[in-house]
Amino acid sequence: MNLALIISPFAAALVAALLPSNRWRPWVTPLGGVVHFMLTLQAVFGMPAQPVGEWVGLDPVGKLVLLLISTLFLVTSISLIGYLKFHPRRENRVFVACLLCTLGSMTLVAGSRHLGLMWVSIEATALCTAPLIYFNKTTRSIEATWKYLLIGFVGIALALLGTYCLAYSLLHAGLKPSLAMNDLLLDAPQLSKPWLHVAFVLMLVGYGTKMGLAPMHTWKPDAYGAAPGAVGTLLAGGVTGCAFLCILRIYQVCCAAHEFAFISPMLVFMGLFSMAVAGVFMVGQKDYKRMLAYSSVEHMGILVLGLGFGPVALFGTLLHLFNNGLTKGVLFLSAANINRSYGSTRIDVAHGVLRRLPVSGGIFLAGFLAITGSPPFGPFISEFSILNAGFGTGRFVAGGLFLLFLLVVFIGMGSTVLPMLQGRDAETKTPTLYRETFWTIAPPLVLLGAVLMIGLWIPEPLHAVLQNAVDFLEVQP
Amino acid sequence: MISILNALLVVVLALNLFALGTSRLVTVIKIVSLQGVLLGLMPLMIEEHLEWQALLAAGGTILLKGGIIPVMMLRAMRDVQIRREMQPLIGFLPSMLLGALATGLALLFSKALPLAGEHTTPLLVPASLATIFVGFILLTTRAKAITQIMGYLVLENGIYIFGMLLLGVIPLVVEFGVLLDLFVAIFIICIMVNHINKTFSSLDTRRLSELKE
Repeated sequence: MNLALIISPFAAALVAALLPSNRWRPWVTPLGGVVHFMLTLQAVFGMPAQPVGEWVGLDPVGKLVLLLISTLFLVTSISLIGYLKFHPRRENRVFVACLLCTLGSMTLVAGSRHLGLMWVSIEATALCTAPLIYFNKTTRSIEATWKYLLIGFVGIALALLGTYCLAYSLLHAGLKPSLAMNDLLLDAPQLSKPWLHVAFVLMLVGYGTKMGLAPMHTWKPDAYGAAPGAVGTLLAGGVTGCAFLCILRIYQVCCAAHEFAFISPMLVFMGLFSMAVAGVFMVGQKDYKRMLAYSSVEHMGILVLGLGFGPVALFGTLLHLFNNGLTKGVLFLSAANINRSYGSTRIDVAHGVLRRLPVSGGIFLAGFLAITGSPPFGPFISEFSILNAGFGTGRFVAGGLFLLFLLVVFIGMGSTVLPMLQGRDAETKTPTLYRETFWTIAPPLVLLGAVLMIGLWIPEPLHAVLQNAVDFLEVQP
Repeated sequence: MISILNALLVVVLALNLFALGTSRLVTVIKIVSLQGVLLGLMPLMIEEHLEWQALLAAGGTILLKGGIIPVMMLRAMRDVQIRREMQPLIGFLPSMLLGALATGLALLFSKALPLAGEHTTPLLVPASLATIFVGFILLTTRAKAITQIMGYLVLENGIYIFGMLLLGVIPLVVEFGVLLDLFVAIFIICIMVNHINKTFSSLDTRRLSELKE
């Protein structure tokens, strides 16, 4: 793996921390983003597959997650120029540096082939994002950050315990304990089963907390509601993607140990439960950013559900990881524009959005249709593929519930989004000075284009990356 | 050596109960730091001839858990002028009894666990489980931000005890990564504690209740 990929974001963070000018500092972010994106493209598409090292290395699944992270970061970093221009007096040194460090630690998660290192980098991601959520320094953001940290710490601590249990399952079987994926996959059939089961449950709960699976999702609406929109994109698309990668790792070990029958019901249950909880809280939701957070809970549920449906659903699941990340970008970035214009995230303040902000409102509407799985957008393809796999493997109850919850979410989300977008423009007491500019509109529009394209036609290189990742996860030594 | 290790673990378990039973925040911080020092000493009891990596990791643990973190926490406490934990969700005596019950159950439960031969005599597994549980009690039933963090540290200590089963397996990079993450976490927490106090004029996390459905 190209080490420059990991080092460049941290180097950019250092530059940002040392730069004295508050006005020019935000420009370091897209600069770092472009460099990282170039390196990512080269690493993902440019190089032939090579054997991965014991510690770091880009395997096909890592490549997929890295591509997602880097794309999202590049797009968000451009929207940040507009965001920080809007708040010129606010000190942004810590914010910009932490943002770049988040990119660096997410890259490290994607490149980790050692579960210990992976744990350390996931924890680093959580720590780097805390100051981002806290950026607005209001009572709400303090509360959100506190909950985010505390719940995140407990989750991540359980994941560490799970990681130790996994190593102990080797020791108990009389093998040389190790946390490197290469060794684990090789020795998987001999692992001590009880300890492997404990490890799986703890890691599912621990990393599931970072993903925001119900019932460990309670930090999510608060954190996403309080964080700036661009940060919401990174959290909902990037950080959750990294946490899902961790679950994919333990999934792969369990599959290699022929324990799929043990983990599958748990994954299906967690997935459906998350979707149900998200659906319940989305109906009658009065805050559109919190609504997006519940939508994220729902889609994390879909990912885990897809994993529980087994190898047949893998392609759809991985595609959905990508689709969900990009669509969340569309929604959070356009929601940030709406928030800036109305100065509130409540739907009773912000209504008639399509009249006041035709472009952002239109993008938000399209994003809503995309995320609820309407054709012709990408999530439709991936959700359909997961459903198909569910019915194909004879899971009719789970598949039926999946459809039912999708419908509940569609109605719940629609009952919030449509009144907000339609109707007459609200007369806010203090109209803000926000006008739609290139910097705030182009990023969500680009992401929307990508989501639409995936829905109509998956480009050959992306298809190859997805297919490689599926093959890689299915191969059992 | 195993008998000394077991003695240390019993002290750790007693400290758990002590932490549950006291209302003075300074005492809790001191108890948790003493626990950290004891944990750092344990690897020396398990293996007589440790490699330099393990020694380095043990030294780092003692320095961080016994020195740096308590100093940071005490300083944060001095800034916010708070001495005692008031009105916990579960009283001090009941939570102590709950902790004792958990310790007993952990001892019984770990008998049923499939452990490798060399791990059946030391109290490592029951002590780890009991400490994790006590950490959860502190974390969920206390109202002050500082006590909650102490609960997290106790939880972390419990996991560290479990890690002792894997002595020499976890690479140095990971050990130090875990310690570094812990350090940064406490650093951020101290800043947060300060801000919570400034904004809400209190460290009672029950005041953080604006965000809910």
